[in-house]
Amino acid sequence: MKYLISLLVGTLLGATLFLLGLYYNPFVGQASVSPLAVSDTPVIDLIYSAVPGESILYTNNGESTIAPFPDRVGELWEPAIVDTSAWVTDLQSSRGEWVGIGIKFSSPSEQTRIVHGEAMANSVWHIYLPEKGTFLIDQTENYWAYLRDVVIPAYWSSSDNWRGTYHSIMTNGPGSLGTARLTGGSGMYADSISEAVESRTARGYSSTVGPISMSGSLSVAISNTEVVNAE
Amino acid sequence: MGSSGGNLCARSQFIREKVRGDGNLTRLAVTRTGIRFWFLLFWVNRLFKTFVFGIILGLFGTGALAYFAPVIDIHRERSLIEVQPNGGNVEEYRINLPRDRIMVGLAGSKESLPAGLDWPGADRLGDTQAEIFKVRNRDNAVIGVASRLASSADSTGSFIEWALHFPARGTLYTQMALAHSPEGFRTGVMRAGTRDFLDLSGTMRERFVAGKDGDSDAQGHIELQAILVAPLGDVE
Repeated sequence: MKYLISLLVGTLLGATLFLLGLYYNPFVGQASVSPLAVSDTPVIDLIYSAVPGESILYTNNGESTIAPFPDRVGELWEPAIVDTSAWVTDLQSSRGEWVGIGIKFSSPSEQTRIVHGEAMANSVWHIYLPEKGTFLIDQTENYWAYLRDVVIPAYWSSSDNWRGTYHSIMTNGPGSLGTARLTGGSGMYADSISEAVESRTARGYSSTVGPISMSGSLSVAISNTEVVNAE
Repeated sequence: MGSSGGNLCARSQFIREKVRGDGNLTRLAVTRTGIRFWFLLFWVNRLFKTFVFGIILGLFGTGALAYFAPVIDIHRERSLIEVQPNGGNVEEYRINLPRDRIMVGLAGSKESLPAGLDWPGADRLGDTQAEIFKVRNRDNAVIGVASRLASSADSTGSFIEWALHFPARGTLYTQMALAHSPEGFRTGVMRAGTRDFLDLSGTMRERFVAGKDGDSDAQGHIELQAILVAPLGDVE
């Protein structure tokens, strides 16, 4: 019996050591500077609040930490979409002026590999900027740094929340430089393809209600669009 | 005086060597004791050996589990795709109304959904209508979500767009023609696709079918038909 207990305690210690190594792995990091920052092409920033209660609409399966908003919105409870979230938000320029609306669908990705520090999600933005046009941004995002630096510390905290300064690039692909792909729809973006990068800045997170003070930013490269339907 | 000084030096030298020798002996004794201790611990004490084995098992076991076990396993419905005789395939999607409608955003409209939706005013979005739906396959099982944007703004030109997001498969982005056929079909072109739809091109048709009395979805349903073609491979 004492050997069994010794084995179990050792196994638990080994598992704990592995998880600690995973959590504090210094070789896993995430960029905080956008790949588009070093590009010489003009970039527009679309800023949004990442707090569901400050957006137009947010919905998920209704059982997550982050509650749907408004209260009576339909929930995504069916098995195929149970981990998907839908988000509709106002978009502002870097000067704080309202510039349009964005609809974001996000689902966890089967490419997630915790050992590699990859908590991946597939997401798309369907964006309308009045006077300018529409476009779609598709991307893979890596939430590992966000989970490690914001969400888990909030759960560990005795006060059930995290406060601090966090900024990271969420976009991980599909572009070779870790950029998202933009496909133009109508208006000035019609027939164009380009790149974009999404980042997130957090100052407060609660383990009971989710983001308290958080914003996101979409940096969209504009001038290096290529006309794909030139005929 | 000179000889007594020399004796003192010799004695000091003797004492230093003696102390150094004793130090070496002490270090040797400590090292031997250490070796004995660890030898006993590892090779004699079975309990400690079991504990160390447990640590190694825990490290490698958790590592193997984290590496091989799928963290995310998305639910998939059976694919219901028809192959066309002339190439490509057809897939039909269905949106039951009002059941599958999650959001309707239209400035100044009393029909905005859900209740309490704070939609931007007409001064910002004009007559732009944004909708979010759940999307079903031909067997009426929900397989994804979709957004539909429609506007008649002069600045951007009128447009109707769909973005269909299927978590297990990818996303389809299509732009529809404004006019519809006498049969009620509106046709659109696929602008982009991701993952399973990445290299495909094709068209999509949209049609609203009004509901009949007694239907659970009183308003009717939206029929979407994607006709997709894979790129031609290299000719050998």
